[in-house]
Amino acid sequence: MRKVTLEINGNKVEKEVQDNTLLSTFLRDHLNLTGTHIGCDTSQCGACVVHVNGNSLKSCTALAADIDGSKVTTIEGLATNGKMHPMQEAFKKLHGLQCGFCTPGMVMSAVDLLQKNKKPSDTEIRDWLEGNICRCTGYQNIVAAVKEAATKM
Amino acid sequence: MASLVGSRVERKEDKRFLTGKGRYTSDINLVNQTYAIFVRSPHARAQIKKLDISKAQKSSGVVSILTGSEIAEDKIGGLIAGWAIRSEDGTEMKCPANPPLAKDIVNFVGDPVAVVIAESLEEAKVAAEKVSVDYKVLKAVTSTADAMDGDTIHEGIDKNLCFDWLLGDRQKVKEAFEKADKVISIDIINNRLIPNAMEPRACLADYNSASEEITLYTTSQNPHLSRLIMSAFGNVSPEHKLRVVAPDVGGGFGSKINVYNEDIVCSWAAKKINRAIKWVAERSESFLTDIHGRDHVTHAELAVTNDGKFLGFKNETIANLGAYARVFGTVTPTYLFGPCATGVYEIPAAYSNVKAVFTNTAPVDAYRGAGRPEATYTIERLVEKASMELGIDKTELRMKNFPTAFPFKQTLVHTVDSGDYVAGMEKAKQMADYNGYEARRKDSESRGKLRGIGVSSYFEACGIAPSAAVMSLGCGVGLWESAEVRFNPTGQVTVYTGSHSHGQSHQTTFAQIAADELGVPIENIDIVHGDTDKGTFGMGTYGSRSLTVGGIAIVNACKKIVEKGKRVTAKMLEASPEDVEFKDGEFIVAKSNKKKTIGEIAFACYLPGVRDEMKSPLPEGEEPGLKETAFFDPSNFSFPAGTHIAEVEIDPETGEVKLEKYTACDDFGRIINPMIVEGQVHGGLAQGIGQALYENAEYDETGQLMTGSYMDYTMPRADNFPEFNIGYTCTHATTNPLGVKGCGEAGAIAAPPTVMNAVIDALGGQEITMPATAEKVWKACKNLKKSNSKAA
Repeated sequence: MRKVTLEINGNKVEKEVQDNTLLSTFLRDHLNLTGTHIGCDTSQCGACVVHVNGNSLKSCTALAADIDGSKVTTIEGLATNGKMHPMQEAFKKLHGLQCGFCTPGMVMSAVDLLQKNKKPSDTEIRDWLEGNICRCTGYQNIVAAVKEAATKM
Repeated sequence: MASLVGSRVERKEDKRFLTGKGRYTSDINLVNQTYAIFVRSPHARAQIKKLDISKAQKSSGVVSILTGSEIAEDKIGGLIAGWAIRSEDGTEMKCPANPPLAKDIVNFVGDPVAVVIAESLEEAKVAAEKVSVDYKVLKAVTSTADAMDGDTIHEGIDKNLCFDWLLGDRQKVKEAFEKADKVISIDIINNRLIPNAMEPRACLADYNSASEEITLYTTSQNPHLSRLIMSAFGNVSPEHKLRVVAPDVGGGFGSKINVYNEDIVCSWAAKKINRAIKWVAERSESFLTDIHGRDHVTHAELAVTNDGKFLGFKNETIANLGAYARVFGTVTPTYLFGPCATGVYEIPAAYSNVKAVFTNTAPVDAYRGAGRPEATYTIERLVEKASMELGIDKTELRMKNFPTAFPFKQTLVHTVDSGDYVAGMEKAKQMADYNGYEARRKDSESRGKLRGIGVSSYFEACGIAPSAAVMSLGCGVGLWESAEVRFNPTGQVTVYTGSHSHGQSHQTTFAQIAADELGVPIENIDIVHGDTDKGTFGMGTYGSRSLTVGGIAIVNACKKIVEKGKRVTAKMLEASPEDVEFKDGEFIVAKSNKKKTIGEIAFACYLPGVRDEMKSPLPEGEEPGLKETAFFDPSNFSFPAGTHIAEVEIDPETGEVKLEKYTACDDFGRIINPMIVEGQVHGGLAQGIGQALYENAEYDETGQLMTGSYMDYTMPRADNFPEFNIGYTCTHATTNPLGVKGCGEAGAIAAPPTVMNAVIDALGGQEITMPATAEKVWKACKNLKKSNSKAA
């Protein structure tokens, strides 16, 4: 067990964690931030993507203890003052989600893409999202939503 | 008031999913809950010689370990097949018992033998490792094609044959083939798939010792049906003492229809230990134990005349059921498959013969499309081959055999009420620029690439319901759907539906329908589903039935509300009920300016006399309140149809197939929300294209799943697809008042033959099996080169 201090969605969090606690487990089971989803056990699906110090990260690939001192943003922290982020708005407007399970990771990943590439092409969007699996949408409306968000951010 | 039906209404469900406020089963935790880990067979077929839990029981944190012996002692029932199928010789199908925990014998890798329940997940995992099982490994049967020649898996089921089923007339087919100029024949493997809903299965069972009620939260497409099965067949609890809640469910695609071992075991065990038990599948467990789909081996023949008229069709199919027959396991390769075998064509003689076999693999059941993709793949590959052999354009050959009038009485079972297949074909060709293909092919050729174009026309029978029909075919229950429409006194509406949304957007589509029927703003309408304590018993969601069956039940319940509203209005305004009209949320007395809003009527029904001028509260004999229930059982299936066209480009140096263009033109009847239908089409296409190009579940000869993770099973990703070009034609269904047809499965049905026809076209007609991986295609390219150089 060790103590970690993190800033999560703007709030300071101090918790005792085991050395082997994954960030995804920490968020879900210790902080009840269940918006971060776990869809696989091989770090392939991307449902657990969060931002750590501003960059997207599959939270099942990091130990909570290893990111001590970091700033973490989860899907719950993306909206500001109750107003959804332009990426969230675009997913809603263009039907970029169906069952919603992959959605938090998909949105967090897409937001990071636009941080790094303000006007991505369709190919660049599809390439970037290669690490996020969606079984419902066929990706087309997700790509459209990312492009829409790019005009609003 | 503008109609919402037909509008792109944004989804009511989205905000919670987009802000992390969805509530999936694995998100729910109960105070003092325990954690379950299932001990599973590592062998595909083995006898359990000894199961020793003594060491595991001493492991830290263990609360209880239960095995097949306790299941048997408590007479907990097994998992069931929902449909009884009769063989051609009149005998009943043969199905093995499928206990929730195996006691004597295991039949696939992943078959559970014990459950370890502990205070924490980690402790449960550690203890599960200490359960010692002594297996006597037996020779496994894994091949679909050879299953009938393998060792007998289940005692008393000779040749591992569940049934040998026939639909159609062998003699008529024989005669038709004798008259043929040409017989086109094909051998097909419809590859095994794993549904892979992104939310792994999970359950959380709780027990209240005072009320003696079990509450099961589970990832189900049909909570009411699950409760019925667990109660009536599982003997877990009387139905009124079992509440099943399927909260937000992260995709189903058929894989969450079944009641699974874990649902039964956790519910039963929660009562035994008097504590809540949580189980969440790891993805590797989902791969092993979720139902799989498809897995057919087929030989099919089409009898044709030289000028391209179809005379007869037959298929001989072996369908793999896996280790056990589950809820839709036996109907998927029979009544969901055979009746669609002749596709969209007039073929005067046909039969479909299916031998369903048991193997030592995960159970195979309904996966998006269920039977109809397999049927469509067979006929559409065959027709494409016929077009090559006859030298007739693939679209012309199809149109030549389309029905000329509707209703279209097919040779085997269905009477298709409405459609216009020629219009669909013509629109698809125009959308795809079919006539400009040759230029694109030459362009590919100039770059050293092979280009192919593939077409398929499909219809499907969905909106799975007509109880009279399905029960006569062997279904254990009628497949109607229920709805309850309940007004609050202050005018908002709650609609309870027996169907279940796990991505399908019922909260929006159903609210659009109710808003139009009742003239109530959509924001004042809530849709409730997924909890057996809320709303009437219903059959759930599968077979593209939610709108065509469940949606119509809502319409009918709304109509009853309006009828009552007319009677109450008449009383209030001293008119005759026949003179009251209802429009846009208002009850208006004909030829007068007297009217009441539906909100005022709701208030009056609950609180008569409080706010209005009524002296006597309600009409004589009228009950207070404003709430109506309807059950809808349609007279027929619904029959969406369409034509899809794909173009691929192959790099002969690498064998890589690039899907360049995909055009879908579908007829779904009236469309309630075009945005949502578009999403359903895209998703279905992705799964269908996935089957054609990427996905394949493979067992080795010992029964080990070789594709048991996302590292091994190729899930389609965003960069695997082009932008789909989708469009519609529209003929209304005549069997429901909205004129709607199902849309959820079409893409998965039409896409595999469309894409494979394009790949095989590019390969000069060489047959290859799905998925068209780079390796297979590269080999075929080499053959093509060889044969081309020989020809030169």
